[in-house]
This record gives sequence, structure tokens and C-alpha cells, in this order.
Amino acid sequence: MTTIIENSKPSLYERQPEISTRFPVHQVREDFPILSSEVRGRKLVYLDNAATTQKPQSVIQAVTRYYKGENANIHRGVHYLSEQATQKYENARRKVGAFIGATVNCEVIFTRGTTESINLVAQSYGRAFVREGDEIIISALEHHSNIVPWQMLCQEKGAILRIIPLLENGELDLGVFDKLLSSKTKVVAVTQLSNVLGTLVPVRQICKKARDAGAVSLVDGAQSTPHLSVDMQQIGADFFAFSGHKLYGPTGIGVLYGRAELLERMPPYQGGGDMIRSVSFEHTEYADLPGKFEAGTPNIAGAIGLGAAIDYLQSLGMERIAAYEAELDGYTRSRLQEVEGLQIQGNPEEHRGAVSFTLDGVHPHDIGQLLDQEGIAIRAGHHCAQPLMKCLGVPATARLSAGLYNTREEIDMLASSLQGLRTLFHP
Amino acid sequence: MTASRNLYEQVILDHNRTPRNYGELVNPDATVEGVNPLCGDSFVLYACFDGDRISDIRFSGHGCAISKASASLMTTVVKGESRQKAQQLFEHFHAMLQSDALVAPDEETLGKLIVFAGVREYPMRIKCAMLAWHALHQLLKDNDPS
Repeated sequence: MTTIIENSKPSLYERQPEISTRFPVHQVREDFPILSSEVRGRKLVYLDNAATTQKPQSVIQAVTRYYKGENANIHRGVHYLSEQATQKYENARRKVGAFIGATVNCEVIFTRGTTESINLVAQSYGRAFVREGDEIIISALEHHSNIVPWQMLCQEKGAILRIIPLLENGELDLGVFDKLLSSKTKVVAVTQLSNVLGTLVPVRQICKKARDAGAVSLVDGAQSTPHLSVDMQQIGADFFAFSGHKLYGPTGIGVLYGRAELLERMPPYQGGGDMIRSVSFEHTEYADLPGKFEAGTPNIAGAIGLGAAIDYLQSLGMERIAAYEAELDGYTRSRLQEVEGLQIQGNPEEHRGAVSFTLDGVHPHDIGQLLDQEGIAIRAGHHCAQPLMKCLGVPATARLSAGLYNTREEIDMLASSLQGLRTLFHP
Repeated sequence: MTASRNLYEQVILDHNRTPRNYGELVNPDATVEGVNPLCGDSFVLYACFDGDRISDIRFSGHGCAISKASASLMTTVVKGESRQKAQQLFEHFHAMLQSDALVAPDEETLGKLIVFAGVREYPMRIKCAMLAWHALHQLLKDNDPS
């Protein structure tokens, strides 16, 4: 599609310099080895960050270093390597705790990812405290991982799932939320940032209302954590879940933050090694937090890698990253709107990260396939949010999601390619 | 664009833009739904039989260019044919998509269906090209007079 790019009219934006001189995006790109690679003979333009992010050299090194020279099991050995590994693992927990503003480090539970974090709350808190006739409120924006665990719980308990509907612009209808909240509400679980529409949800307000109604709140931070500075004290959530791999860290590691007082009252999620204080065939005494929720040998390398990712993000500064990405997000939306026949899904006032769109007469899968030929990676499909797709009245969308290393030039390439492929389908 | 041209042949783009035999069939003898739950593509196939012959066949629904063009082209090649011939075409088409991308497809048995040979290089898209054909296969099975 090179020819089409060359023939396309130069955009007004192309003459402008890189958005933010404060954020050294080109330097940042050097930190990510994969960004200099080629796919299908083209320079990689990676715009699928809502699915997973690429990893900086420092994360890759931290994981490699651990396996090369520091590998041992944690919390049990008295030998040197085990002590070192334990220290590094617990140090990663401290980094996470500081990063999200936990009150104490035992509020940070390592899991496999956001999905497991939510399942942990649904199974442990839910099984213990949700009863027949109780209600759980989620929203129309949720990813399947914040729908299905609650559905399973409701089925088991005879509880009822309530949904905060969507406004036309892709924001949540909070007026309806107010009406849904009642003394029957036991859990309110919402995303902070939609993985499809990029809608920023006012979770602070939602968590406060949930608490006032006597319910606990869970915030799905899988999408928000990479883009915003998140502070547990400011958000006021009882539980907060996110994944390492969307935060420039390794796959298979995630976090459940929970208020210590609640975690204390909850029964264990899984049984096994590491989560016990003493075991006899008659009785088991569980370990204190966070061990109670970390049965079995955890993903030690993953936790260390996540710690390295957090170090990396903090060296850049989350506020600076957020400011750069906000500008790039605005640029992306205005640039895409110039493409003939392109329709952005939702128009929320506050948005970040993902932008979903449809292109008149071109199916999202064909968009994804043709962009792939240009070396541009986006996602096409239902984005693990089938109920939301139904609300939007589309079977699928194409979705781009930028990260801290994406540039205006890449967005320009995307826009030109989209214009080109529309011409291919509408000659 | 060269690589994707293998996949998006002009014939495919044309059938996607103006699908043949598109829309519901009034009073069909048989209907069947073909759905790909993973990508949301969904078609309904309608057929009328005249004895052993598929006297008319139409489809409705939505999907990507590959699945829609494949459904469209399929209706044009099986319309007027016997059940047995349609089943044979299904088998030839299926075999082609499962075959090695380096092996030249057999134009004699496949005819114009050969335009989908490029799909072999994109394993993720084979199910798109097969969607309507699997629906036809099901329809023939469900309405087997013998």
C-alpha cells in the first residue's frame, strides 16, 4: 500500500513537530528491542497495546538475570539463592505497593493476571459473603473477565447480576447506577478504562457510592494502569485488579490489591503450599496476608519482571506518560476522523488508550488483515466484550490502542493505510 | 500490497461488494445458519430443491470479505447442480484449503473457486472461506431424502 501513502494528501498535522518535546518518545523507543524489528518486510507499527504491551530491555534483562543467576524457590530455603530470590520477590511486592498507593504491602496479592484477580474476589469474597437474592452490579463496558466470574457466582448463589447501561456517547449511565444501588447490592465491579471504547469511568465516584450503600467495590484496572497514575487511596476501591503484561511487564503475573481488613476476613482462594502456617490431617491454619492468597510456587520471575517494569515507568514518570498519551490520543481521534467512511465507536468526554472504529463497507477482519500487510498490528473482533458489541449494534470493530512508545508518524501511517484500503474496497 | 493481493483477489473484492444470490429466499425447502462465534460472522443459507437438484439457493447475513465472497461464489457454483455434485464441490474446496500453499490447486475440479487458493497462506482466514461451505454441507446432510 506504499503507493497509496505516497499519493495521499499531506495532512496538516504532518508538518507539526512531535507532540511533546517534554516526552522523549524516540529515545524511549530505543528501550524496546522489538520496535526496531520488521514484520512482513515492513517496519513494525505496534498498535495493539490494549491486548499486550512490548517489553523494555530492562524487563527482559531482569527476567533473564533471575533465571541465569538467581533462580531458587522462595519463602522456604535457608540457602543463599533462596534468600536472594525471596528478597527480590518481596521487593517486587513493595514496588507494586508503592506504585499503586497501597497502605501496607500485604494488600498486594500476586496472581496470574487480572482475570485471576477478579476470580479470586468472586470466589473468595463472593462465596463467603454473597447470598441468594443479593445483587452484583457490573457495567455494559466490561471485558468478559469482569462478567463471567460474577455470572458464575450468581448462578451458584442465586444472586442477581445488574448492569449499568451505556449512554449513546459510550459513557456509563450513572443515573441508572444510582437507581440500581440498594441494600441488596453486595458488590460493584467496574472497569476504570474501557478496552474497546477508551471510555474513562469515574471509578472514584462509583466506589464511594458503593461504599455508602454498604457494598464492596472492585475496579478492573487492566487497561487504566498502563496509562494513568493510579492511587488506591484516591480511587477508594476495596479491590483493584491489573495485569503485568499490559504494563510493559511479563505475561502470567498480575496483581490483586485488596483492603487488608477485607482480605483478612476472606477465606483462601486455593489451598496448597505457601498459604499455610501449619497443616495436620485434622486441621490447617492459614498463613497471614499476603501468603494466604498465594498458594503454590508463584511466578517469581514474573513478579521480578513486573517490578522492573514499574521501575522503568517510574523513571519516565507516570504523569509524563499520561500527558504524552493524552495528546497522542487526541491526535489519533482527529486523524482517524479524516478517513472517509470511518466511524469511531463512542465519543466519551474522557478517553484514553483504545479507539474502536468501523470503516464503511470494510469488515474489521479485512481491515486487520490488510493493515498487517503494512506491518501495522491492530486488533479486530469483539475484544472479549460481546455484550458491549451488542449494545453498540456491531458484530465486531477494528481497534487500535497506543502505548507510550507510539508516535504521530505511526498514526499518520495508519490513517493513510486506512484511506488506501477503503479505496481498494470502494474503487 | 503484493502479498495481500494473493488473498484479496479482484474476484473476491467484487463478490464482497456485490454478492450474488444475496437475500432471503421465499418459502425455502431448507435453511441453515452458519456462525463463527469467534469473529461474529453469521450467514443464513436458503435452498429449494427440485428432486435431486438444488433449484435455487440464496444467503443473507454478514461477515468479512473472504466469508461473504466465498458464500456468494458458492451459491453461483452449486445452483442448478445435484446434491452429489454440490457435496463433491464442498470436498474439493475443503481439500484445496487444507492443502499446502505451494501445491498448485486443481483448476479442473475447482473452476472459479480457485481464487480462494491464496487463503491457504493465512491459516486464520481458512475458517472464513469455509463458513458458507460448512453451512451447505450441513444443509445437505439435514435434508438428505435417502
